[in-house]
Amino acid sequence: MSPSRNNPGQTERARKLFELTYEETNQCIQCGYCLPACPTYQSMGRESASPRGRIALVKMAAEGKLDITRDLAEPIDLCLGCRACETACPVGVPYGHILEETKQVLHESVARDPLNPQQPQHKGRERLKKAVLRHLFPYPKRLRIVGRMVYLYQKSGADRLATGVLPKISEPAARFAAALPRLESPSRRYNPGDVLPPVGPKKARVAFFNGCLMDAVMYRINRLTIELLRAVGCEVVIPETQTCCGALHAHQGMKEAAEQLARANIGAFERSESDFYINNAGGCGAMLIEYDQLLGKDPAWRERARDFVSKSRDISQVLDQFGPLPFKKEWNGTITYQDSCHLRHVQKVTEEPRRLLQSVPGATFVEMADSDRCCGSGGIYNLLHYDESMKILDDKMEKAADTCAETIVTTNPGCLLQMKLGVARKGMSQTRVLHLVEVLAEACGLT
Amino acid sequence: MKPNVIGEILSIIPQERVLTDLADRYTFSYDASFGEYLPDVVVQPHTTEEISRLVKLANREIIPVYPRGSATSLSGGPLPVKGGMVLDMSRMNQKLEIDTENMLAIVSPGVLTADIHRQAEEAGLFYPPDPSSSHVSTIGGNLLENSSGPKGLKYGTTKEYVIGLEVVTPMGDVIRTGGKTVKNVTGYDLTRLIVGSEGTLGIVTEAILRLIPKPPSRKTLLAAFDRFEDSGYAITRILSSGILPAAMELMDQACIRAVENYQPSGLPVEAEALIIIEVDGHPAAVEEEIRRCEEICRGQGANTVTVARDEKERETIWKARKMVSPAITQMGPTKISEDATVPRSQIPAMMKRLRQIADKYRLNLVVFGHAGDGNLHPNIITDKRNEEEMKRVEDAVTEIFEAAVELGGTLSGEHGIGVLKAPYMEMELGPIGLDMMKKIKEAWDPNQILNPGKIFPEPGQTRVVLRQNES
Ligand SMILES: Cc1cc2nc3c(=O)[nH]c(=O)nc-3n(C[C@H](O)[C@H](O)[C@H](O)COP(=O)(O)OP(=O)(O)OC[C@H]3O[C@@H](n4cnc5c(N)ncnc54)[C@H](O)[C@@H]3O)c2cc1C
Ligand code: SF4
Ligand code: SF4
Repeated sequence: MSPSRNNPGQTERARKLFELTYEETNQCIQCGYCLPACPTYQSMGRESASPRGRIALVKMAAEGKLDITRDLAEPIDLCLGCRACETACPVGVPYGHILEETKQVLHESVARDPLNPQQPQHKGRERLKKAVLRHLFPYPKRLRIVGRMVYLYQKSGADRLATGVLPKISEPAARFAAALPRLESPSRRYNPGDVLPPVGPKKARVAFFNGCLMDAVMYRINRLTIELLRAVGCEVVIPETQTCCGALHAHQGMKEAAEQLARANIGAFERSESDFYINNAGGCGAMLIEYDQLLGKDPAWRERARDFVSKSRDISQVLDQFGPLPFKKEWNGTITYQDSCHLRHVQKVTEEPRRLLQSVPGATFVEMADSDRCCGSGGIYNLLHYDESMKILDDKMEKAADTCAETIVTTNPGCLLQMKLGVARKGMSQTRVLHLVEVLAEACGLT
Repeated sequence: MKPNVIGEILSIIPQERVLTDLADRYTFSYDASFGEYLPDVVVQPHTTEEISRLVKLANREIIPVYPRGSATSLSGGPLPVKGGMVLDMSRMNQKLEIDTENMLAIVSPGVLTADIHRQAEEAGLFYPPDPSSSHVSTIGGNLLENSSGPKGLKYGTTKEYVIGLEVVTPMGDVIRTGGKTVKNVTGYDLTRLIVGSEGTLGIVTEAILRLIPKPPSRKTLLAAFDRFEDSGYAITRILSSGILPAAMELMDQACIRAVENYQPSGLPVEAEALIIIEVDGHPAAVEEEIRRCEEICRGQGANTVTVARDEKERETIWKARKMVSPAITQMGPTKISEDATVPRSQIPAMMKRLRQIADKYRLNLVVFGHAGDGNLHPNIITDKRNEEEMKRVEDAVTEIFEAAVELGGTLSGEHGIGVLKAPYMEMELGPIGLDMMKKIKEAWDPNQILNPGKIFPEPGQTRVVLRQNES
């Protein structure tokens, strides 16, 4: 049977998948070079959990040999989206793109066919996922309320809930609640619309991207990011009307929602009239720098998206560029670094965070084995596929423990929570897990 | 396959290692070559005992059994062309022991070759066979394909390093061949028979590999030639001057241009050939030898010769070679990699034939390869969805094989016969030669259950078929 655009055996969904992915899946030469790089292939040990396998399955589903919901949904769902396979691929197969297009088709399949009896488990997950993505993430204010609640909840000591009631409702959620960093009082946070002057002569005007999760429950890291930017001579604007980057939506196949968020952000940042757009979450940054791909087919937005991408930077790039940082304190102990997959494999930022950590006076930097490999966090993968994720995490913690570092540093909120959970699971009570910004701020005497 | 067979398999192997879902089975239907064949079941054995029982079951029920490593084969070796059972050997990767005293490695078949390289190196030792896929291919796959890479020139291919095996025979019995001694003349050399047999004579469940001391020093140079022939003369002059380089790699003009196009790095795009030479050994000898190589290249008309002064420059030189694969895939979605090999004195003649073939069939052909041992890699860049062009590719491939055999060479230097080259076996071996091989296969595997459809042509099969609708 020759695959084609109008093969009668193909369903309409298969035809759509064909249109969206067939050129790209055909670029794969099945060399297998991506296999050793893939965390789910390593932990699950079967080809359908590997990049080569997933690409082949998408291709075969598009050819009508496999059913999209029955056969394709699970292998695709079990992908972390870490995109390590793209870095490993010698011929540049655009895996991230194939993944998103496939999720889009899957998402539409589930939406259109809500009574599909084949995957009850899959459906339950879908519902939870969609509700959160639709009603929470696009609304920074609602998220801030969640953040405030977490603060009050921690302050009241009610977080013992995390070990009491919550596990009965949802064990994974409880584990993560317990791993949440302690929040500071919301009164210290900066707000949208603020313009903060640089310390010393001004080198650049930069706009800061809050990020939803960061803004809601890790706003101390955001505040420290802004203070570090000011310390190296940046005037910092926090654009009003900025919103969620759309990464979670795109990764879950809600492409239209992601496009809307992208347009809102581009507008908000253009109005800030800044030289650079700074973010401090690897996952968000990866989404932001692919706005040009997301809106590439939209003539009204293509150029604006390109301009947005050319100005987007991870915090480590800017601090590295405008530094040195005004360090004030000697660091005591050993630091190791876990790459955020999306910072490494999508934004291709690998050296700057390491260079910054190595520049901290007194600190000893040790590289962790396989630091370029995913920790199993994968956006909300750890909530949706708890057991698979923990297998990957426990392996990661072995490597972390081998470094004997007292501090594990990462650059993405999801990874940060995951590593905190990992430290707790392994009983490494004396090990701290910090965002890069927290380490640098502490060494600069910022609290 | 009868439904009760799955039940019996489940009495041998726990359920989580028996894959029957359609999606799972489809992911074992391909390798890095051509074609797609859906197996009935995929089993992931962990022990010799499990494999032995599975193979006995397969004999009783007459089910084809297909061992598979990482499926990076370029000739269709692990493809389940007759359905049946795929044995995923990549999960049998528990053992990797380095015995420094006897300079040996004892390994499970699913261990990745690069892990052997690394662990040997950590012990100050060296496992030389270096296929470029070594970070992903299994040692089992390397053994059964008798793989090799640039270092084959000086150090030989995988078979020189295998001194003992544990094998499950096609009837399901377990035998040991060879042992832990380098010298061993007790009876027929079954180790060598199994190595390179492409999984048709037995399933390797453990291997004993010979390691050698790590050469303390190495030096590398890159030479560009305006005329292709001159590079050929330089290669033969160097080899006849008493120097045995660790590697001698060649790239033709199409290749140089592809790399330069893909990632500009200042390669001379006007040159007709580039060669990379690496020598290794004692530091003083290495200095002397690289100087001699440089002299000879210049004497044979090299336009430029660059000797790497440090590790970084060495890496830059090798990068040009490593870029070849990704660079040429930018030229089209399908790459047909051949590895016809000729005696090294015939390299210029073979190059000429290759150019004529490319012109005759109007194809995009680039050539690179291991010049020192005559192992060329003519690559045709095409698009497998273009039926008309694929027809011409098939004709060209046939002519490439004919040219190699006429020049005293062979169909395959390292990628194996598998499905793709089976139709040409008789051309190289003659009817009797092929028949002697068949007799071995029949004696070992009377029920024809182990990797059937490989190496030997099917009745009436006389040429390669790459078109999807014809297979
Ligand atoms: C990009 C690329 C570059 C390559 N470069 C080189 C190179 O430089 N040199 C080279 O020689 N090859 C090269 N190859 C080819 C390929 O990598 C080798 O043939 C390799 O040895 C195959 O190993 P594998 O683990 O993938 O085995 P597979 O492809 O899975 O299997 C290969 C054969 O071995 C059999 N087999 C596997 N394991 C066992 C076992 N335990 N017992 C019995 N039979 C078994 C299979 O049935 C099959 O016939 C390259 C391939 C690619 C895709
Ligand atoms: S994105 Fe990560 S988990 Fe998914 S296939 Fe690629 S390497 Fe594997
Ligand atoms: S490395 Fe790239 S081309 Fe090779 S199998 Fe993986 S995705 Fe395909």
